[in-house]
Amino acid sequence: MMTTSLKTMICTAAMLTLGAGAAAAQTDEKLVVNGETEITTQAPAPAHLDGALDTIYSGWEFRSPATREVQMDDFDNPGMIFVDQARQVWNTADGSEGKSCASCHDDPAQSMKGVRAVYPKWNEDAQEVRTLEMQINDCRTNRMGAEAWGYTDKGMTSMVALISLQSRGMPVNVAIDGPAQSTWEKGKELYYTRTGQLELSCANCHEDHYGDMIRADHLSQGQINGFPVYRLKNAKLNAVHSRFKGCVRDTRAETYKPGSPEFVALELYVASRGNGLDVEAPSVRN
Amino acid sequence: MNRAILSAVCVAAGVGAAAAAEVAPKDVQYGEYGAVEQSLTGQPGDAAAGRKVVGSKSLGNCVACHKISELIDDVPFHGEIGPPLDGAADRWSEAQLRGIVANAKMTFPESMMPSFYKTTGYIRPGKGFTGKAAQEPLPPLLTAQQIEDVVAYLMTLKYE
Ligand code: HEC
Ligand code: HEC
Ligand code: HEC
Repeated sequence: MMTTSLKTMICTAAMLTLGAGAAAAQTDEKLVVNGETEITTQAPAPAHLDGALDTIYSGWEFRSPATREVQMDDFDNPGMIFVDQARQVWNTADGSEGKSCASCHDDPAQSMKGVRAVYPKWNEDAQEVRTLEMQINDCRTNRMGAEAWGYTDKGMTSMVALISLQSRGMPVNVAIDGPAQSTWEKGKELYYTRTGQLELSCANCHEDHYGDMIRADHLSQGQINGFPVYRLKNAKLNAVHSRFKGCVRDTRAETYKPGSPEFVALELYVASRGNGLDVEAPSVRN
Repeated sequence: MNRAILSAVCVAAGVGAAAAAEVAPKDVQYGEYGAVEQSLTGQPGDAAAGRKVVGSKSLGNCVACHKISELIDDVPFHGEIGPPLDGAADRWSEAQLRGIVANAKMTFPESMMPSFYKTTGYIRPGKGFTGKAAQEPLPPLLTAQQIEDVVAYLMTLKYE
């Protein structure tokens, strides 16, 4: 009896330490893709987190060794198949103007380098914070005369992956001040709101309990530097807003729609919690 | 959808069986520190039924957050969000356990533990796990009988 209650006390103490954001490494392994691209998967927390976390970790660190390994070689990473498909679409004309993405943006390796790292981003002309998906649809409808893609459709998510790949290994650095600030604050409020019949906020799981098991899942910090994410579970690329939707649904709440102003604000806020982690899309998770 | 219907049916059944004795979620009397003295059904709980509720994903799913050594062989993968429940009956009285299971936030303010016997006061409540909107009052996560069954099961978790 003594030993067991002692153990309980120790476990509780360990949990408290974790909750306080102790910088315990999740794994000592380093993420290097194709033996050449080094990816930063842990970094000091950005100042705006105000001590809520000391260190930020990519979700990659919390996955099993086998899952982590799949992401280390593009030949093994099934997400790359979708990137290749998007590369064809990039070069294919569509819409009334007879233009392709390449007509205006040439080689994505040059034109899209560093773009993912700063999105979502304030667009001055439209006076709004735009996600990559919103910007892509703006080009399609207003510049190509083509139909908008569904926000989380396969073609859209694949294109986001192609664009994101061009920033792989570059640190996330979204702007949260100036005209983006009010959107960022709305996202922050959503992050800490306890929704649904289970009354859980993003922070309950991803800030207070990262590193802990919830049933069979090893909780990460819920970072989005790896998106789009190839999930072994559903064998496809998953958009940021699809993941948000799933997590909100799991609190037994009414979800927001992908592409809604709420999820755009939440994306800006969650992205900013990862400022300093490298873009690693397309990443691999279970 | 299925889950919501099931809960609704359970609630209805519970009310039918013991309409007079059952305490409705809004009528539960919590003590200063969150304990609930009065049985919610007026009938003794069934520990074996409670054990099923605790381990079942679609019911209590308590093991999502708590380890229970006695249960691990039957139900694998226990979480570590809350403390292990081994020896819970050594630490808490029956009234305290009833209060924790019915609405843990009365015992542990701001607790991450869901309130299992509560029907209103939610932000964006959904219909079960469908992601669709639901109107309050919602069926509670567990019925009065299920709460009593879980309490009876927790009372068996002793070290000696
Ligand atoms: C007719 C020319 C044209 C075509 C075709 C076009 N775009 Fe654009 N795109 C632009 C212009 C101009 C901008 C800058 C717009 C702005 O800043 O508001 C832009 C901006 C972007 C950006 C944001 C870049 C940044 O640095 O913020 C992305 C991403 C993008 N386009 C993707 C695409 C994709 C994907 C396609 C094909 C589906 C496409 N574009 C087709 C003209 C085009
Ligand atoms: C009940 C706990 C819980 C809540 C509440 C929750 N999540 Fe999650 N979330 C998980 C689990 C479990 C996973 C899968 C394992 C992991 O990466 O943490 C996950 C994964 C994620 C991921 C994927 C991370 C990656 O690297 O692929 C993101 C992003 C995410 N959550 C964001 C959110 C946001 C935003 C909210 C609030 C709207 C939220 N989550 C609320 C449990 C939760
Ligand atoms: C989402 C996670 C979560 C779920 C699900 C959950 N709990 Fe808890 N529970 C907690 C946390 C966290 C605590 C610690 C109290 C606090 O919040 O400070 C706790 C505390 C308790 C305690 C007191 C701990 C002790 O000292 O023994 C009991 C008893 C308990 N829970 C029973 C249950 C039962 C029974 C269920 C299922 C009907 C359940 N819990 C479901 C998170 C959870």
